[in-house]
Formats: sequence, structure tokens, C-alpha cells
Amino acid sequence: MAERSETSEALHRALGLTDSEFDDIVSALDREPNALELALFGVMWSEHCSYKSSRIHLKRLPTTGPTVLVGPGENAGVVDAGDGIAVAIRIESHNHPSAIEPAQGAATGVGGILRDIFTMGARPLAVMDPLFFGEPNDARQRWLVEGVVSGISNYGNSVGVPTIGGELTFDRCYQSNPLVNVLCVGALPVERLVLSAATGTGNLAVLLGSSTGRDGIGGVSVLASAGFEGADGAATLDDDKRPSVQVGDPYEEKRLIEACLALLDEGLVVGIQDLGGAGLACATSETAAKGRVGMDVDVTAIPRREPGMEPWEVMTSESQERMLAIVTPAGLAQVEALCAQWEVSATVIGRVTDPGIDANGEPIGLLRLRDGFDGEILAEVPAAALADDAPLYERPMAEPASRAALLDDDPTDALADIDGTAAVLALLGDAHLVYQQYDHQLFLNTVIGPGADAALLRLAGPGLPASSKGMAISTDSNPRWCALDPRAGTAATVAEGLANVAVTGATAVAIVNCLNFGNPEHPEVMWQLSESIDGMTEACLAYGLPVIGGNVSLYNESGGVDIDPTPVVGTLGFVEELLERPPSLAWEAGETLVLVGEREAIGAHAFSLAGSSLAVDVAGRRGGTLFVMDSDAHKATCAFVANLVAESAGGSDGLLASIHDVGSGGIALAAAEMATASGVGVRVEGIQGIAEAFCEHPGRFLATTRDLDALVERANVAGVALSVLGQTGGDDLSIDALVSLSLEALIYRSNHALGEALDAASAS
Amino acid sequence: MTSRIGVVVFPGTNCEHDAVVALDQLGADASLVFHTETSLKGFDGIVLPGGFAHGDYVRPGAIARFSPIMDAVSAFGNDGGPILGICNGFQVLCEAQLLPGALQKNRGLTFLCKPTTLIVSSTRSVLTATATVGQELSIPINHFSGSYTCDSETLSMLRDQERIVLRYRENPNGSIDDIAGITNEAGNIVGLMPHPERAISSLLGSQDGNVLLSSFLHSSSTAQV
Repeated sequence: MAERSETSEALHRALGLTDSEFDDIVSALDREPNALELALFGVMWSEHCSYKSSRIHLKRLPTTGPTVLVGPGENAGVVDAGDGIAVAIRIESHNHPSAIEPAQGAATGVGGILRDIFTMGARPLAVMDPLFFGEPNDARQRWLVEGVVSGISNYGNSVGVPTIGGELTFDRCYQSNPLVNVLCVGALPVERLVLSAATGTGNLAVLLGSSTGRDGIGGVSVLASAGFEGADGAATLDDDKRPSVQVGDPYEEKRLIEACLALLDEGLVVGIQDLGGAGLACATSETAAKGRVGMDVDVTAIPRREPGMEPWEVMTSESQERMLAIVTPAGLAQVEALCAQWEVSATVIGRVTDPGIDANGEPIGLLRLRDGFDGEILAEVPAAALADDAPLYERPMAEPASRAALLDDDPTDALADIDGTAAVLALLGDAHLVYQQYDHQLFLNTVIGPGADAALLRLAGPGLPASSKGMAISTDSNPRWCALDPRAGTAATVAEGLANVAVTGATAVAIVNCLNFGNPEHPEVMWQLSESIDGMTEACLAYGLPVIGGNVSLYNESGGVDIDPTPVVGTLGFVEELLERPPSLAWEAGETLVLVGEREAIGAHAFSLAGSSLAVDVAGRRGGTLFVMDSDAHKATCAFVANLVAESAGGSDGLLASIHDVGSGGIALAAAEMATASGVGVRVEGIQGIAEAFCEHPGRFLATTRDLDALVERANVAGVALSVLGQTGGDDLSIDALVSLSLEALIYRSNHALGEALDAASAS
Repeated sequence: MTSRIGVVVFPGTNCEHDAVVALDQLGADASLVFHTETSLKGFDGIVLPGGFAHGDYVRPGAIARFSPIMDAVSAFGNDGGPILGICNGFQVLCEAQLLPGALQKNRGLTFLCKPTTLIVSSTRSVLTATATVGQELSIPINHFSGSYTCDSETLSMLRDQERIVLRYRENPNGSIDDIAGITNEAGNIVGLMPHPERAISSLLGSQDGNVLLSSFLHSSSTAQV
């Protein structure tokens, strides 16, 4: 290997590249890169862009299915929904920007995911936000919560895409490294699907939208692909990273959406790519690599926000609200006119040229940066070397040494005498303070909005063919389970998603994932990631669900301490005919409460509290051996529930009057939530103890019916377990001798828990 | 007769498609009118829908009032044509001084998207002409700056002239006198913060918005513009 010059040695390390990665770059180019080329590699080979630590593991996930039109690797996954409509879905993380600058970090997370969706030709129709913060007991957490929520609210509402749900989790492991994930779904007429390849020598690369500034430089590398220094919430140590956070403008994005969809409607676009992480470096190299063409970019043509910007700054800036469109020279005037109507700037910054030729005589994508259209070549790099050829790491993996002791520390017996009434009050709490800040109704699609098991939308929107189908989306995660057993915990998280969409009457068709983990250079974290991917693979195969897109967020650590493994699963399902509202979680007096699904988990523990909300959040007991799932029974139960819900929509003649998934907090919390939503009490009998009341293994639903005999008959025919738990009515929630609460207390607690927790934080 | 309704689109408007769907469902012929247009010829009624016209920069509605279409909107209203401003459209009408008063940030200083119960307080407007005083309607709100305010003289005038057309049963945002919607003296220009177009079917949870929108369409079909 040739000696590295001293200057580039200092530079490549500052850009986040290792010595061996620098050597790989020299081999790819067959020469030493100049500073600009090195800057391109620095962002494109970052963990965030290249998935270099996770890619060999991600390959194990199933990604194909009969309805999948586009799987992982494009800007979003796309499935065929029928009726001439395709649905695009994607999930992303914006964790580190949100930790440093919560409002802008969260806002630009929303902006970025919207561009991923309309890049595919789809109109973004809904956003969901799974959020994870530290315990709400200090002022910094309140600053993070309020900043993130206001960022999502300001950007999402203003840009005109409803936020229809998400998750809100508080746990000490996120104290210095909150997680802000964002999922977006959009829909398009199936024939309008566009991909991001640049083609056609002589075609023009047109930069649409905002000018390019010095914000967000190094966002993917310095910020997203390194851990935080500060521990215990002292993130001020990382404040110097703030310039790497982008700044968003939803009004610019709104006009950009309308302009791009209009361009696609008019057939004026050959290929299109959003500018997100790694900015123009990423957009130009990916389009050239996919199209196997040359791409000549005039760096001086790119509109700048301020004078004196260097080419490397222009190419790696993550300024928001920009898109790169490939258009024909003949169509340019029309493109410019349409953009002018929406007050969107459109600038020719490059052109498609002949491809390079590789050693085998095959055409390859080539990125050339020039000073003027025919000026000096500032950088020349095979596009695939940037976009696809980052080194793949098989990093060392090791099961955490402390895990055996953790698994042995089962809390189930120790918690047998805990006060169930106090536990229900501790766990109850509605997130309306958060979601009422989000427009969740735009487009007249929201049949079930935030706060339910899953969101349910009409499959409709401007420019779509008519359809009476419904679309259900759920986001799910359970770091409590995954901390104990990343494999089984992740599999159970997929199972939760299946159950949550079933509650709306939908059948799940695909999932997307956002894998939030710690530092991949820690062998324990790589073991968690690998186990989690294996668990997801097992569950996806068991339930017939392809993974059609995803995101991996690593280096979620601070002061050397990793977060608990937090795989987030977004589940997409469809309802064949959505004409009337499905049963909600609200019951009326005089109905019979039943548990649908197997009462006991299989394996050694029928009712285990390991990893449960009761054990972890109430009692602070994080150990134990996780339940074992019966995936066949779960699949059958979910199908049974989905069918019954769909049949019971709209009327009083259906077999189901109300339904709710049994999730965090188990049967006790599910019953409490149903009673609270109904304003009607319930008497539950025959629960065998605290463990059965609060255990969390998926595959169980609480439901009420006015025709028990008919429901039992249907369950018997389907081979699905069903047990009677009690009767609705009265003004109290009572669960044997375990829980006894008035409706008044339940409703007060549900409405005030979150507000009081955050108020206490600001007072401290 | 089918009412031809123009739904004005400013850059940043986002409820225009919803307004068209809701009006068409009630038998109207609604179409979009871009803000750079200067004529509203051929329309029987005009809707300024919700959203964030011009990004709500400066203040909601403050820039939109200068959009080219606004001269035509004023002329249409001055001639007695029915005009409905929903949410951001209400803010635009106030900024354009087609309606009195102003909308300031919600008490509590957060955005609010939630169901509200409205009470019809006056039928002396195109939006409430076919409703009944005292009628309760379940219609959602979706705004940050929805707290209606005006000076005490204006408030007395609005009350005396029965120009407060809708009130909140439980005031969500601090609006003076629980005001959710008002009209001009002639009753043909109405602004309200809640979104009637979001309450048009039981599938969406309420169809009470149809009470207001069908009144507006009825007025549009009978107005002499």
C-alpha cells in the first residue's frame, strides 16, 4: 500500500474515515483522493449512509411478497394496494439532531421523510412519530419533549400532512440520547411510480427548492455516526455539534411537494431524488450509480445562501427542502414554468453524460464535479464507489456477560403481592397533550386517529383513483422486552404490530423497521442487533410479512453507555371495505367481557412479569426470562379478530361491541383503558393473580359482546381460544381482589398523568 | 341549481381538496382558484379554506390579503356574494378587513386539533341560515391562532346585530365571548375557526358540518351576484 500523505491522513480522520477506509478509497480510485473527493467519501461512507456495520445482517430479512412493488434500497418501500393504488411507506430516525436541537431536529426529520415519499411519486398522506425520552423528572427532559413535539407540530401541520399516531415512551436509558423516529405513508396511482435512476445522456440535472447553506454539514457523519460524550443528561458537552443540525422551512417544503407532484403528473421527470443525509453528494452519486451514467455537476451553478462556500461544503451541506430532478432539455421550459407557479426555484446544475467503463467493459456511473459547466474537473469518482462500495464490516459480536444474571433475576414471584390498584394508576396515562398538537385529520381520511391501538385511514387522497379500502398503520416497540432478549423481544414486537392492525379489521401486508441501537463497535451491541434481526426474520416468516424498508440508527450512546435495543416496527395493513366505523375500545353497560386468544403463554411460565411494564416501570425490576410466543396461535387469533371487527363495523348487530389489544400493562391496564374510554365500569373475575393481570405476552385481546353464545361458537369453529372474564356496568373497575378503582379516579388519572409528570419536571 | 363554488388556493393552503370533496358531496360544483387569478366571474360562492397561506409568515393571513385574488374576493363580497372563510380563511378575511377583529394565539400557546361542540347563536348568515338557534354541532378545530378578539365596541356591535353565528360550548382557545364564528353586517361573509368540511360523514365521526355547508350552498344558489 502506498504511503499516505500527512495532510490527507489528518483530513480523513477528521472526516470520520478510518485508515483502512482511506486505503480502500485509494484502491477504488487507483490514486490518492483530493480533499473534495475525500469529503464526498467521508459523508457517503458514514455509518448512517452506508449501513456498513449492519448491511451483512440486514440481508437475512425477507423482503419480497406478492404485493411488493419496491423493496428496501429505494427511497421508500411500495406495495400494491389494489384499485389502481400503490402505497409508499418509510421510517427514519432523527435521533442525534433532536438530542442537540429538539425542535429543528424533529422538524427536519418530518421534512426528510416526506421527501422520501414524494420522491416515489406518492403524495404523503400521514406521519407517525415514535418518541423515546428519559424519565420525565428533570427540566432537560421537558425541554426535549416540548421541543420535539413542537417541532413535529409546527412542521407537520404547516406542511399539510396529518400526524395520525406514534408512541411515547419514557425510560432512563434515553436520558441523554432520546429517540425521534418518524414514519410516513403516501399513496399514488400505481402507474405513476418513479425510481431514482438518472438516464439519458444529455438530460439535465435540475436542483429544485431551497438554496444551499452551511447548515447540516457533517450531519450524517459527525453527528449521526458517533456517540455523545455527555453522560446523565449533560449533553452540553456536545453542544458544538449544533451547526450539524439542519434548519427546516415547512412552507418551502409544501410548495416543493406541490411542484414535484405537478411535474410528475405532467410526465416531465425522468428520475428524481431527494436531498437528505449527505446532501448533493448523495443525490448525485446515487442517481448516477443507479442509472449507470455519467453525471457532470457544475459546483458553481448551485444557488448558495451565503458567499465564500467551498465546493466540499456545497456538496455535503444538508440544507433542507431540496430535490434533484433529471429532466429532458426539451421539457426544461415547462419544468421552470411549473416551478415558478409554486414559487419554487429550479436551477440546472448538471447534466447526464456518457458512463464510465469498468475493467470488464461494462458501463458504470461516474460523478464529475466541475468549476463551471465545461470548466476544470474538481473531483472525479466512480459513483458506485461512493454509493454502494463502502466497506462492509463483520464487527465482533458477544452476548453481554451480565445477561445470565439478568435472566435469573425473574420478578414474577417477588411481585405477587404488589398493590394492583396503585400499579394501574401508575401506568395509566393518555398522550392527548401531545397528539392534540398535531393536525391528525387533514385529507378527510382519519377514521381512527392517535391514541388507539392502530391508526385507520380511508385509502383516498387528491389524484387517487376511487377506492373503498382502508389502510391501517401501527408503530410498535418494546425496549423492555428487547433488553432482556433482543431476539424474542423483536419477534414479539412484530407480533404486536400484527395484533394492533387486526383491531381495526385490517390484515397486515408488510412492515418497515427502524433499528435504534448503541455503538456498533461494542460487541454486545452488535450481538443485540444481530439477534434482533434474527427475531424479526423469524416473525416475518411466521406471519408472511416482508420488510419493505428500514433504517438503522447506531451510536445511540452517551458517556459510553448504550441505549437498550429499540427496534421500532411500522406495520401496514389493509381493510377490504371500509364503509362504517369499526368497534372502538369503548363498551356499554350490560356486555360480556371476554379474552380472545390463549390465556397462558407456552413455555415454562404461563404468566411471566419479566420485561413487563409492571416490573420495569412500577417496580424497577428489569430482569427475568421473557415469555415464549406461540406464533401459529397468534396468527390465527389476529385473523379471527380482524374478520370479526370488519363484520362488526358500523352496527349494533355485530358480534363485537368493543375491542382492545392487550399490550403494556396487560389485562389490567387494557380493562382500565376501556373503562376510561367508555365511562362505564366492569367487574372482572377469575384472574389468577397479579402475574396474570399484568403479564404482556401478545396474542390476546379484550373484547365485549352482546351475543356470547354466537361469539363462542365462532371461536370454536376458528379454533381460537376465548374465555369469559366478566360483565360491563357500574361505576368501578374491579379485577377480583387485585384492582379496585372508581371511574372518576381512572378518568382523572388518564387525563392528568402526563401533564403532571411534565409539570413536576419543570418545577424541579 | 348546482352551486358553482370557487375554493381559493394560496401557496401554503392545505385544506382546499377537503373543501372541494365536502362541497361536491353535497351536490356543489367546486373548483380550485389559484391566488394569482384576478377574476371570480362565474362563481356563486367563494371558500377560503384552511392551511398556512404564505407560510403564515408575519401573521396568519397578513401576506395573503395582498394576493392578487383578494381584490376580486372583496368585490365579490361587497356585491353580496356568499364568502366562507374556514380557519386560515377566517384569519385572511380579518386581515383583509372583510370581517372585524383578529385571531390571536390560543390560550395555552399550543396548537389544538380536537373535537369541539358548537352552538348556533344566530341564523342571520349564509352559513347558518338553515340551521336553528341553539342547535349543537360537533365539529373539530385545528389551529394555533384561533382565539378571536376585538375591542369592546366591536363586541357590542357583533352582539347587537346578531353577528356572532357560532359559539363554543366549552371554550378551547380563549376566544372572547366563546366566539367560534362571525359574519359581516349583511350576513354574506362568514368566518369560523372550526372545520365543517372535516365533519361530513359518520365514518369520520360526525356529519354535523353538513348542516353549515348545505346552508352555505343554499345561500349560494339563491344569491344574486
